[in-house]
Amino acid sequence: MSRAVREAYRDCLLSLLDRHPEVICLDTDTGLFRPEHVSAAGDQYLNLGIAEHNLMGIAAGMAACGRTPFVNTMAAFATSRALEAIKIDIAYNRLPVRIMATHGGLAAGHLGPTHQALEDLAVLRVLPGMTVVVPVDATATEAFVAQSLSLPGPLYVRLDRKPSPPLPPAPAPVIGRAQTLRPGGDVVLACCGPYPTLACLAAADTLAGHGIETAVLNLHTVRPLDTEALIDAARAAALVVTVEEHWCGGGLGGAVTEALAEAAPTKVLRLGMPDQFADAVGNQEYLLTYYDITAERIVTMVRTALDATARFGTH
Amino acid sequence: MTTAEDTLEAVAARIRTHVVDMCAGPEGGHLGGALSCVEVLSALYFSVLRVDPRQPGHPDRDRFLLSKGHAALALYATLAERGFFPVGELAGYGRPGSRLMGHPVRAVPGVELPTGSLGHGLALSCGFALANRYAGRDSRSFVLLGDGELQEGSVWEAAIAAASLRLDRLVAVVDRNGLQLTGPAERIAPMEPLAERWRSFGWAVREVDGHDAIRLADHLAAAPWEPGRPSVLIARTVKGHGLSFLAGRTDSHYVTLSPRNHARALAALAATDAAR
Ligand SMILES: Cc1ncc(C[n+]2csc(CCOP(=O)(O)OP(=O)(O)O)c2C)c(N)n1
Ligand SMILES: [Mg+2]
Repeated sequence: MSRAVREAYRDCLLSLLDRHPEVICLDTDTGLFRPEHVSAAGDQYLNLGIAEHNLMGIAAGMAACGRTPFVNTMAAFATSRALEAIKIDIAYNRLPVRIMATHGGLAAGHLGPTHQALEDLAVLRVLPGMTVVVPVDATATEAFVAQSLSLPGPLYVRLDRKPSPPLPPAPAPVIGRAQTLRPGGDVVLACCGPYPTLACLAAADTLAGHGIETAVLNLHTVRPLDTEALIDAARAAALVVTVEEHWCGGGLGGAVTEALAEAAPTKVLRLGMPDQFADAVGNQEYLLTYYDITAERIVTMVRTALDATARFGTH
Repeated sequence: MTTAEDTLEAVAARIRTHVVDMCAGPEGGHLGGALSCVEVLSALYFSVLRVDPRQPGHPDRDRFLLSKGHAALALYATLAERGFFPVGELAGYGRPGSRLMGHPVRAVPGVELPTGSLGHGLALSCGFALANRYAGRDSRSFVLLGDGELQEGSVWEAAIAAASLRLDRLVAVVDRNGLQLTGPAERIAPMEPLAERWRSFGWAVREVDGHDAIRLADHLAAAPWEPGRPSVLIARTVKGHGLSFLAGRTDSHYVTLSPRNHARALAALAATDAAR
C-alpha cells in the first residue's frame, strides 16, 4: 500500500508553512493533524471546532484579507453542509480557499451514507471559477498542493481516507492537464481517483487480451476539464467509458458527456455509484465490489457496447 | 420494563459489554462516546420511553433520536437488549451482510431516522414534537446531543425554534463528557456556563450525574419541568466510562480493541460489576 493521500497533504503543507507565511490551516476537529503536527504548525494552524459552515465563512474572510487558508473537513460535510458558504463567500468572491476534503467517495465505508461523499464533484464543478481535483496518490497530492500556491481562485481537493494500492509510474501530475496512463485506440477509459484508476488500468489489460486497444486517461482535474486531451483521445475511439467513485449523475461522467456532446459526439457510458444511498455495510473496497465499480464490470460494459456497435454498424 | 436500581445497572453493564465486544471487530468503533451515554440510554429505554419493541412504528410512541449518531454502538446494544432485534445480531456490527452500520440507519428496528452528521438531531426532534402537537398526541420526543456537537450552529437554530414554538414535549440530553474528537471541548470552544446558555435560549435546564441511571430516569420522566418550555438535561459524564485505561482520555474516541485490550476491557467491566 502507498501512503494515505490525506497524510501526504498534511505533511506537504507542514513543509510549506515556513516559506509561505500567508498560508493558514483551519481545521474542524478532524484529527488529521495530530498534536505533534499542531505544534509544528505554530500559529499557522487553528482548530475551529465542529462547525463546517462557519469554517468556510472564516476562511473566506481571511482569504479576503490576503491569507491562503487550507481548510480541513470531510468531503461529505464540505460539500453538503457548507455549500452556501462555498458558493457565496468563497466562489462568488473568487477567493483562494483550498478545501481539503477527506473521505471522498465511498472511503468512509461502514460509517455509511452520512459520511460518504458521492455528490461532491457534481455539486462543486458547477460553481463558476472553482477548480476541482482528485489526486490519485501521494505524489499527485503533493504536486497539487504545491501548484495551488500560484492558483488564483478557489480549489476543492478530494482526498481518500486510507492508503490505496500503488499505481504504475505516470507523467507528472499538473492541475488542469489530463494524464495519459495508457495510449489507446478503440476505447477510452476516463477516470479519477485511486480505485477507479486501478480498475481502468486492469480493465485495459484484460481488453488488450481480447484485441481491444484501450486508452486510460486520468482526468484528475474534473474542472476545468482538459477537453483538448479528452477530445483528442475520443476522436479515434468508438466508445468512452467514465469511471468514478461518485453517483453516476453530474460528476466526471457528466463533465465528459457534456464536453464530448458539444465538441466531438461520441458514445459515452458512465460507471459509478448507482442511483441510491448505500445500504450495504462494509469497507470501501467491499462497497466498490458490491456496487460493481470494478475492472470486470468495465470489461463487460466495453465488450457489450462494442458488440452492439458491430452488429448494428452505428459507428 | 423496570425502575429497580439493580436492574437498570445490570442492563447498563450488559450494554457496556456489547459495546466493548463490537469495538473488537474489524472496524473498531466510537468507544468513548458510546460508553459515556450508556446510562442515559438505559434510563430512556428501560424506564422512560413509551415504546413497544413489537410495534416499533406505533403512532403513539415516544421518539428518541441519537443526534450524536457516532454512538450507534450504544444505541444498537440498547435496542437489542430492549428486544427490538436479537442480541446475537450485534456481532455483525460493521461487517458485510449486517444492517448495523457505523451510524444509525432506518433498516435497524427502533431507529427513527439516520444520524451521523452532527447538528441535525435537534431540528429533527423539533419536527417530531411539532407533528405530535398537530396530531394531538401526548407523546414526547427525546434527543441526545454530544457536547462537541453543540459547536454546530444548526443546534442553536433549533434551540431557538423549540423555545419560540413552546415545544415542551421535547427533551434534549447533552452528553457532557468534556471531550470531542481532538481534545477537551472547553479548550476548543468554551461553552460554560452551559446551563446558563440553554436557559438564556428559553429552555428549562437541569444537570445530573450522567452515570446515575436512577436519577437520570427521574428527571427524564418528570419532563416537562416548566410548562411551555422545552427541557434540556445536562448529563455530566466521563468519556470511556467503565474502562479505567481509557476513561477520560481523548484517544477513547475511536478505538479498535486488540485481542489483548479486548480481554483487558472485559476484565475491567467484570471488576466493576463485582464491586457493585
Ligand atoms: C458535521 C460533522 N462534522 C464532523 C463529524 C466528525 N466527528 C464525529 S464525532 C466527532 C466529535 C464529537 O464530539 P462530541 O459531540 O463531544 O461527541 P462524544 O464526545 O460524545 O463522542 C466529530 C468531529 C461529524 N460526524 N459530523
Ligand atoms: Mg463529547
